[in-house]
Amino acid sequence: MIRVVLPFHLRNLARMDGEVTLAVPPPVTVRAVLDALENKFPALRGTIRDHGTLKRRPFIRYFACKEDLSLAPMETLLPDEVVNGVEPFLVVGAMAGG
Amino acid sequence: MSKIRVLIGTKKGAFILTADGTRKNWKISGPHFAGWEMYHLKGSPADPNRLYASQSSGWFGQIIQRSDDGGKTWNTPGSSAEELKGEQGFPKGESNKFIYDGEPGKHLWYDGTPHPWEFKRIWHIEPSLTDPDTAYAGAEDAAIFKTTDGGKTWKELSGLRKAKSQLWQPGAGGMAVHTILLDPKNAKRIFVAISAGGCFRTDDGGKNWKPITKGLKSPYELPDPDAEVGHCVHRIALHPSKPEVLFMQKHWDVLRSDNAGDQWSEASGNLPSDFGFPIDVNANEPETIYVVPITSDSLHYPPDGKLRVYRSRTGGGEWEALTKGLPQKNCYVNVLRDAMAVDSLDKCGVYFGTTGGQVYCSANDGNSWTAIAEHLPAVYSVEVQTLK
Repeated sequence: MIRVVLPFHLRNLARMDGEVTLAVPPPVTVRAVLDALENKFPALRGTIRDHGTLKRRPFIRYFACKEDLSLAPMETLLPDEVVNGVEPFLVVGAMAGG
Repeated sequence: MSKIRVLIGTKKGAFILTADGTRKNWKISGPHFAGWEMYHLKGSPADPNRLYASQSSGWFGQIIQRSDDGGKTWNTPGSSAEELKGEQGFPKGESNKFIYDGEPGKHLWYDGTPHPWEFKRIWHIEPSLTDPDTAYAGAEDAAIFKTTDGGKTWKELSGLRKAKSQLWQPGAGGMAVHTILLDPKNAKRIFVAISAGGCFRTDDGGKNWKPITKGLKSPYELPDPDAEVGHCVHRIALHPSKPEVLFMQKHWDVLRSDNAGDQWSEASGNLPSDFGFPIDVNANEPETIYVVPITSDSLHYPPDGKLRVYRSRTGGGEWEALTKGLPQKNCYVNVLRDAMAVDSLDKCGVYFGTTGGQVYCSANDGNSWTAIAEHLPAVYSVEVQTLK
């Protein structure tokens, strides 16, 4: 199972606590995880990726195993630690910079 | 006895205030959607327990929320458990999908070059007067969307952007459809106002729109003071019994029209400043109107640090200051365009919220005021429901 950590506001919007666990068949890519996440929680559609273009929203970041995957192609394979559920895939709200 | 429900959108969540018809003892619930910018909440006139809310975030974009029980519980429309799967087994989750119709086209950008339309947020939701499942949403970048399924899906009424939108140009506050007025005597007629765009009307249910700006003058904002589009209309209002009479708070100037916007005339009269944002009409007196003068476009706070509502009982021209219960020194808040509303009791209740987080109520046509909420986040919008 893939573990996904969401920011506070998206956990509230999805009405869940803690981590999300998703069954994602291989190949486990950034796109596949986000598709599975939105399938499970339709209220999240449009909040991480724009409707229509499916582009990452400007102030959303994707982290995994201490790497920033925000700018990586959507077909990028996630590290084995994420695929095996050892490490989570993080959806992060970018720092406000205040 | 009647009950009053006040729906408040703020910079950091929504609040719902309730009281009986005496309007003396208020209960506050909230924050709902804590931490999110709540641009607007409004109830359906056809089903007062049906509420729509626009929830927004710079990080996570636009969310539409709906309540079917007067604000006790909320859902994003189309995302309840039984609605999770579409025909193809793919989630719907389209209640926040605002896609411009066809090729989005371009409007003027700050540097004078054409710039593609980009959806940013919903500023205002106007539920239908007769159908709880139908509502209109005013968007930034300026456009109007319509739902007929309770907010599950939205479709643009793109005729509005055929009304010389290539000449619309955002101001510092963005370019949004912030006001939508439905004519209670003519279901095909809708008025909208757009900051830095102007004022527009459709007479065929939203297919075709035309600018209604004759008589507006903007000598300090536009190179052509009498331009057909581009005026920074801050708010328009009407009384349901006389929908052909419109009142407008423009960037500068308070105006009125007696022919559904075909011609406007100055109504600022003796106001200490005719700059401001909200304007509203007394529910029982169609010629009694309210504004909150603000010092200027450079100084967004009340003149002399005194928070004063001004009332005209003559539909403009002659104004009186209403100060009882309002701070009369050291007050430097603003009152935003969607942050004033009225109830329909006799005497009419008048309500407004400030950027300092106060919500004031007058239960006597504006003669005196009481703070019914304080220390909230900056108030973006105030709507009132009179429940029988």
